[in-house]
Amino acid sequence: MKIAILGFGSVGKGLARIINEKNLGIIITAVGDSKSGIIDNKGLDICKILDNKEKTGLCGDMKITPELILNSADYDVLVEVTPTNADTGQPALEYIKYALSKGKSVVTSNKGPIALEYSNLLKIAEENKCFLRFEAAVCGAIPIIHALEHGLAGNNIKRIYGVFNGTCNYILTRMSDEKLTYQQALLEARELGYAEADPTYDIKGIDAAIKLVILANTILGFHKTLDDVDITGIDNIPSDALQLAGEDEKTIRLIGEIDVENEKLRVSPRILLKNHTLVVQDTLNAVTAETDLAGNVTLIGKGAGSVETASSIISDLLFIRECNGRRY
Amino acid sequence: MKLEIKDSPGQLVAALKPVSDVGGNIKSVIHERDPLSESKTLDVEITLELPEGKLDDLKNLLKKSGVSILRIGEERFLIRKSVILIGHLIHTDLSDTVDRIDGTGFAEVGELSMIMPAVNEPTSAKLTIKSDSIEDITRAMDLLRDISRQKGILIVEPLEGI
Repeated sequence: MKIAILGFGSVGKGLARIINEKNLGIIITAVGDSKSGIIDNKGLDICKILDNKEKTGLCGDMKITPELILNSADYDVLVEVTPTNADTGQPALEYIKYALSKGKSVVTSNKGPIALEYSNLLKIAEENKCFLRFEAAVCGAIPIIHALEHGLAGNNIKRIYGVFNGTCNYILTRMSDEKLTYQQALLEARELGYAEADPTYDIKGIDAAIKLVILANTILGFHKTLDDVDITGIDNIPSDALQLAGEDEKTIRLIGEIDVENEKLRVSPRILLKNHTLVVQDTLNAVTAETDLAGNVTLIGKGAGSVETASSIISDLLFIRECNGRRY
Repeated sequence: MKLEIKDSPGQLVAALKPVSDVGGNIKSVIHERDPLSESKTLDVEITLELPEGKLDDLKNLLKKSGVSILRIGEERFLIRKSVILIGHLIHTDLSDTVDRIDGTGFAEVGELSMIMPAVNEPTSAKLTIKSDSIEDITRAMDLLRDISRQKGILIVEPLEGI
């Protein structure tokens, strides 16, 4: 199976490294970042490219653009792991559309295009008899899409709820356990690389809301946008509130929730018993699906990280290969 | 309530049936037979939930089936929900917030505990609303959400029992 990777940040590099180390039968024929690109249809020398990227900040030749890679590289699947733009989905959206329209399957970790244009992208994929997979876009390493789509096939899903944002979970864990103030916990999260320099997306609940929109539109067939989600973040939670909750052996977590019957999406800080299944520590994510046949099923795991996200991408790649009768 | 019923077959059922007839829900039945008792009656203690205003109907039905009521201990507002309010609670008249819940007649504020923060910081308070039924708690929560929206207060609600 030959793949082209667009986006060579933390996720792209992690993926390339793992494919290079593990014998998965996957060959990387092209890599492109925002400034450069490199193509070798016989398979790239990944170690050299990683080295280059480290030293120069470039993965290849500045003349090789994403468009050139999409057009001229030999690949079965495009792995699209460029940064998310939640407003327009670009430039990823165009890359994905282009590949799908050429009959190339796409695996992406990018929330923007899936949240904004899933039904359209799926149509293009179906017309061109190829696959669009996006396991890595929701909850990092947790195979939530696969579990809901295939593992729980035949079930009616009544409710999906849980911890969808590791940054908020880390901050609330530290505020609860160590009585840190919100500002202290945020600072700590930044120092550890768990929070972005501009943490707005995470702490305002927007990141969790996008994940709900993706699950709602892809698994449940809704047509939701970010505006349909009732969002409250954690930036106004004082540590006093966590101390009050703690008096009753409870705590506060940022919970994303899809009420399937009423088609309602909500992200808000909620009170949970400290021993509740969804009260996970640090940057973990945890999601419960309430179903008619299987009852409650909860998945817990790492919601971010380069290797963790690569795990979901690889699983999508191998799924596509399996569905194609191992033709690649 | 504690009931006195005849010690003969079918009497316990006769005593419990009126509860469901008025839409009540039996929580427990304690039915003790004292072997030393010469009496031809039995004492039965039942704990139940009744819809608002149905107690008189139940009393009448029990009387008709020949059951005498020895004692009724009424306890209201068994269902509770605790939320945490965050904001300028004092400056937005906390007693008015509480009064508006209490004034509904179907719910009341049971407990309130507060942490006073530094000046100009928002206050956090844990507030427990008590009511008779899930429906009434839901109505009271809707009211609290309205009040909070008006006053710019953030409510942190429990996850379970939505």
